[in-house]
Amino acid sequence: MIAQGVGLLEGGLVIAYMAAVGYLGWLGYRRTRTTTDYLIAGRRTHPFVMAISYGATFISTSAIVGFGGVAGMFGMSLLWLVFMNILVGIFIAFVFLGGRTRRMGHALDAHTFPEFLGRRYESRFVQVAAGLVIFLFMPVYAAAVLIGGTEFIVTQVNVDYSVALVGFCVIVAMYVVFGGLKGVMYTDVLQGLIMFVGMVFLLVWTYAKVGGVIDGHRDLTAMADQAFPGFQAMGHGGWTAMPQFGWGDSKYDLWWLVVSTITLGVGIGVLAQPQLAVRFMTVRSGRELNRAVPVGAIFILAMVGVAYTVGAISNLYFHRYEKVIGRLVEVTEVAEVVVRKDRSVEKTIPCKLLHLDTRGEGRIDTTLVAEGVGKAAGIMPRAEIRTLDDGRVEVYPRATSFTRAVVKQNDRWMFNTDSIIPIYVASCLPRWFGLVFLLTLLAAAMSTLSSQFHTLGASICRDVLGQFVPRLTDRSTSSGVLVARIGTVVGIVLAMIIGYYARGGYIVARATAIFFGLCASSFLPAYLGGLFTRWMTRAGAIASMIVGFVASTFWLTFIFAKEATALGVVQQVTGGKTSLLADHPNWPVVDPILVALPLSLLTAVVVSLMTRPARPEHLDRCFGAGGKASKQE
Amino acid sequence: MFGIEDPCVWMAYLLSVASTILCIIYGAINWNRGDT
Repeated sequence: MIAQGVGLLEGGLVIAYMAAVGYLGWLGYRRTRTTTDYLIAGRRTHPFVMAISYGATFISTSAIVGFGGVAGMFGMSLLWLVFMNILVGIFIAFVFLGGRTRRMGHALDAHTFPEFLGRRYESRFVQVAAGLVIFLFMPVYAAAVLIGGTEFIVTQVNVDYSVALVGFCVIVAMYVVFGGLKGVMYTDVLQGLIMFVGMVFLLVWTYAKVGGVIDGHRDLTAMADQAFPGFQAMGHGGWTAMPQFGWGDSKYDLWWLVVSTITLGVGIGVLAQPQLAVRFMTVRSGRELNRAVPVGAIFILAMVGVAYTVGAISNLYFHRYEKVIGRLVEVTEVAEVVVRKDRSVEKTIPCKLLHLDTRGEGRIDTTLVAEGVGKAAGIMPRAEIRTLDDGRVEVYPRATSFTRAVVKQNDRWMFNTDSIIPIYVASCLPRWFGLVFLLTLLAAAMSTLSSQFHTLGASICRDVLGQFVPRLTDRSTSSGVLVARIGTVVGIVLAMIIGYYARGGYIVARATAIFFGLCASSFLPAYLGGLFTRWMTRAGAIASMIVGFVASTFWLTFIFAKEATALGVVQQVTGGKTSLLADHPNWPVVDPILVALPLSLLTAVVVSLMTRPARPEHLDRCFGAGGKASKQE
Repeated sequence: MFGIEDPCVWMAYLLSVASTILCIIYGAINWNRGDT
């Protein structure tokens, strides 16, 4: 399927890449058959293997396709998330949390994040509740990664979205369920290195296309008035400026969305990610963590820094430089293109669409907006079209990234933010790079998905059911492995269903932010309190988890308009409003993390100060007698 | 700076690079520091 319409060079590249990944996967699996092999491999492993493996798990199609697309929509203000990803996701996570998590995790013999919290607070409730939250909500984040990969497959291979989604899910399921949970360090590194080289190539190519760094930025600044009118009403001031800041008017909505949901929700939420915290517990020594810091930071800067910069600059490419040549297969005179769709609200813009065959495969592979129809003529780009001597047409779309990303979903046309990066790569870069980049992104998605589903399977088996059926956590029986695998399959099916129904409306970034914010509000106070304080009590941890989770889900269901309208409960309660605070500007775009995390932190402190601390001997086991977490000999 | 007029945006650029440099310096100082 992938080889369709590609030359010998491209086909050879794809086969070489697949062979290398297959060989390294087999090599990694073979070398970790015994404990001794595991340790020898560990001693021989260069620290950048661990760092890039962490980075490849942290960064996936969600960051590159999802948030890169959001940067295409809202601009370079997303660079604040790059700063947060490096400072919080790497420096603070590794330097301040990594070592303590590793030592305490070993002292308590914890193998999963919920087990770590449960044993620190000597509470089965904490372990079961954390396991349930992960099992129920991890599929939301996994769906984000799945959609990101699927959008790229759709653009590169030109297949239907649902076919690509199911095919991708089947490959992931084979990879995760039948092995592949261990021994993927080598493939992670190969994929990480290709991602690194690919992203640097993408950045250099992009700036070369738009006339260099400074001129490119100036030209992008000059086209600020081309921003979609709906975004301008929210405070969009161009792709090289922060949105307008203020409170009490809907023209400040975009600032609150970019800062509270995108920057803080994801930037802080990374600290309480179960699948990343577990990585600290599998590290051999504190020295490895120290060595992973610089490698991880450079890797993250190259991944997300490039994705968000290129996402913003893609507007300049689409508007000024893109030229599409192909056979005009069909023209839709008036198509109602969906701009925004919620459960009860659907906003469309009438557009004339051009459907082209640019690859000579005899079928439509590119759809462009020719112009707006009627009143929309003033707000939509107007393409320049010229017929060539050989009968093909040459089109300059003059679009922005948002209006260029037209896709079909269930016989409806829509502008899809998550398609911006895939369409940009397909249009701007050489075909061979698009294919290698596709495989790289799928590999990035695979490394993230495998750890997500591994965490999910472990949660349901070890942390939830295992607490009531001890046989499931007994390593000498195989029933636990079976339950974990069934849990994993259920998780994959849930993620696939979410992926099918939730396409559109920058869902990749939204779903990621939901999971990161929910984890931060539910787990972060208990996690930090457990690592750094002796006075945080079991009651304090339980109360903060409950308050954080309830506040988050309440805010998502009734206040945060984008998700509240998607869930549909708030309309039934209020008789059609999008939020309980719909009449109060800005509140409906404030992310749950800004409300739920402070409440959860406050609850943890107040309840802990009012209740009896844990037994001194238990705290000594956790921290060592000197007050510092140390391994019990 | 870099052709970007809004200081709130180029400051994010600078801080991203600065935090990467911070990580590199931290790694260099603690390269051989760290029970196994």
